[in-house]
Amino acid sequence: MAASLFYFFVFPGILFAATVGALLSWFDRKISARVQFRKGPPLLQPFYDFFKLLLVKETILPKQGSPLVFLLAPVLAVFGAAMSGVFILLPLFNITTGFRGDLLVIFYLLTVPSFSYIIGALASGNPLAAVGGSREMKLILGYEVTFLLVIAGVIMKCGQHFDLNTIIQTQQDGSPFIGSVSGVILFIVAIFCVQAKLALVPFDMPEAEAEITEGIFIEYSGAAYAMIKLAKYIMFFILPAFIVALLMGGFNLHGINILWAVLKVIAVVLLLTLIKNTNPRLKIKQAIKFFMIWMNLLAVIALVLIAFGL
Amino acid sequence: MSKKTLIPIGPYHPLQEEPELFKLYCDGEIVKDIKWETGYNHRGIEKLSESKTYEQVFFLVERICGICSNSHPFAFANAVEEIANIEITNRTKYIRSIIAELERIHSHLLWVGLAGHFLGYNTVFMWAWKYREPTLDLFEMITGNRNSYGMFKVGGVRRDIEESKIPVIQNVLDDIKKKTDLLAGAVMDDPVIHARTKGVGILTLQDVIDYGAVGPTARASGLEIDVRKDDPYAAYPLVNWKVITAQAGDVFAKAEVRLLEMYESISIIEQCLAGLKKEKEGDIEVKVREIPEGIGNGRAEAPRGEVFHFVMSDGSTSPVRHKIRAPSYVNIATFRKSCIGQTIADATISLAAVDPCYCCTERMAVAYDIHSGKKILNAEELISISVKRTREIKDSD
Repeated sequence: MAASLFYFFVFPGILFAATVGALLSWFDRKISARVQFRKGPPLLQPFYDFFKLLLVKETILPKQGSPLVFLLAPVLAVFGAAMSGVFILLPLFNITTGFRGDLLVIFYLLTVPSFSYIIGALASGNPLAAVGGSREMKLILGYEVTFLLVIAGVIMKCGQHFDLNTIIQTQQDGSPFIGSVSGVILFIVAIFCVQAKLALVPFDMPEAEAEITEGIFIEYSGAAYAMIKLAKYIMFFILPAFIVALLMGGFNLHGINILWAVLKVIAVVLLLTLIKNTNPRLKIKQAIKFFMIWMNLLAVIALVLIAFGL
Repeated sequence: MSKKTLIPIGPYHPLQEEPELFKLYCDGEIVKDIKWETGYNHRGIEKLSESKTYEQVFFLVERICGICSNSHPFAFANAVEEIANIEITNRTKYIRSIIAELERIHSHLLWVGLAGHFLGYNTVFMWAWKYREPTLDLFEMITGNRNSYGMFKVGGVRRDIEESKIPVIQNVLDDIKKKTDLLAGAVMDDPVIHARTKGVGILTLQDVIDYGAVGPTARASGLEIDVRKDDPYAAYPLVNWKVITAQAGDVFAKAEVRLLEMYESISIIEQCLAGLKKEKEGDIEVKVREIPEGIGNGRAEAPRGEVFHFVMSDGSTSPVRHKIRAPSYVNIATFRKSCIGQTIADATISLAAVDPCYCCTERMAVAYDIHSGKKILNAEELISISVKRTREIKDSD
């Protein structure tokens, strides 16, 4: 029991994942700034942001809507993110081996933050949040099938095993899945799914600043918004880590290999950041079309290739 | 009949730099109706102008708009010079045109950046604004100010562009041309930008004529309207250039027109610089003793379209009536055509595509009773109406 609580709250759960996520989000902001000829924030800026919201800023509740649901939604988001973080990171750091079928649990838990945002947005009673919420819903419908196809591809590649530990072991014994044609295709599709899950440009229409002024988060302030930031930091670490686990051979934590593990995560984040900085925002219709047709097509092609053993 | 949700854009909104309120009545994501409320920014410039001397009015009208802060003095100078029947020197003409065109470059670059920002493409935003910076430095070198240049006066300009500055200006222009190539390449060839802007917010040629739109908004729909050609002033008849038009009328066409106009502006400036070399240095003003009685109409092509100034003089030192019409005043009306039926995402970029400037546009109307000729809504009445309305809003909470 004590170990479980430690796993959840400290390592590799909320505290660890959020800290690494915050550092990665600094990396993202710094790279974005350099791409845009700006200087960029100092290293600890994400922490300043978080603690300012948590400790200094006032939490304002919307008059209309349901305050209880509005406040619970960010907490739910943090729990969803941390739970999926635990299930992803425990096998990844080789602490426990997880259990049979934990991949599907992770898949479901990863959608919890998005759904919490929608619930919170709809509970705020703001029309802009409602638009944002409906966009987020449509976006989830768009990318979830594609993401499931990616996971199906990985399961097929490692010989019908449903647990993350075996997937990582298979890759470490053999070679990472990304080393094959189908692996590369799966990687491309997975990157776009993660981009959408993190609501980064070009898939940031639920938040779309210039259209609906942060949409789903418009009414959040103070500690409640700090919780959302926390959930976002955690997601910003565990989703790239999940890709590393699924396709890039996971982490090998012996000696110099630790550096490799770090570099893998940073490489994925860098890719996300560069996509974010070289594209305008899509419209929701175009985003759904992008996933429903093109990404699904790519994923199916990858599945066929896997069936032929490529 | 489904219930429409009100999506407010404003009074303060990241989409606009100035306070204004657009009410989008939406069914789901589709905009069904649009209402526009303004009045957050009224400063009474026209009335103020009547209490200033002609020399002071230049500094006043310059402050109507921070971005096109040269077009208003330009139009005002044209109007006053028409009253006094002043023929300005060629050197003045060239300098005035150089400043106007530099302003067009910096204004269009600013718009490209903002449009990128509205599409969520912050890289274009930052790049365009960085490339705009040398233009502002040029302004500082030529006029002493980065913005609100204070260059114009009746019958001339305040500072000369000396021979020694010409190579510097030329260097910056070459640089801007290169940067514009880069930016145009990034914007015009990006498939995602095409997907977001092509076929969005279309204004047909007929719409543009019906609404009386001006500037790039009209030119993007194929209407060849440009004061610089239609009613030539300053150095524009002396140099070679063409009016840029596009046919599609969508957001992409508006961006295209603006980007291509920047090349035209650069070429105009280069020709003006060549013209400057032929004229005698220091010959930048004609002495004006007094402004006689009369009326004058001044027009100038601002980056956003035609600026119109009407000035009435009674022979004293200040105008008795000064009427201003800025381009946004007519362009904003086209929103009804371009936004209704679009999604919110498309409507916002359509709003931004005409490059609206609200502080130019704000008006106050005074109502007179037709029979007695008395003012019916005076200041006290207006204040009491406003107080009453505020109370109503407060009570309805």
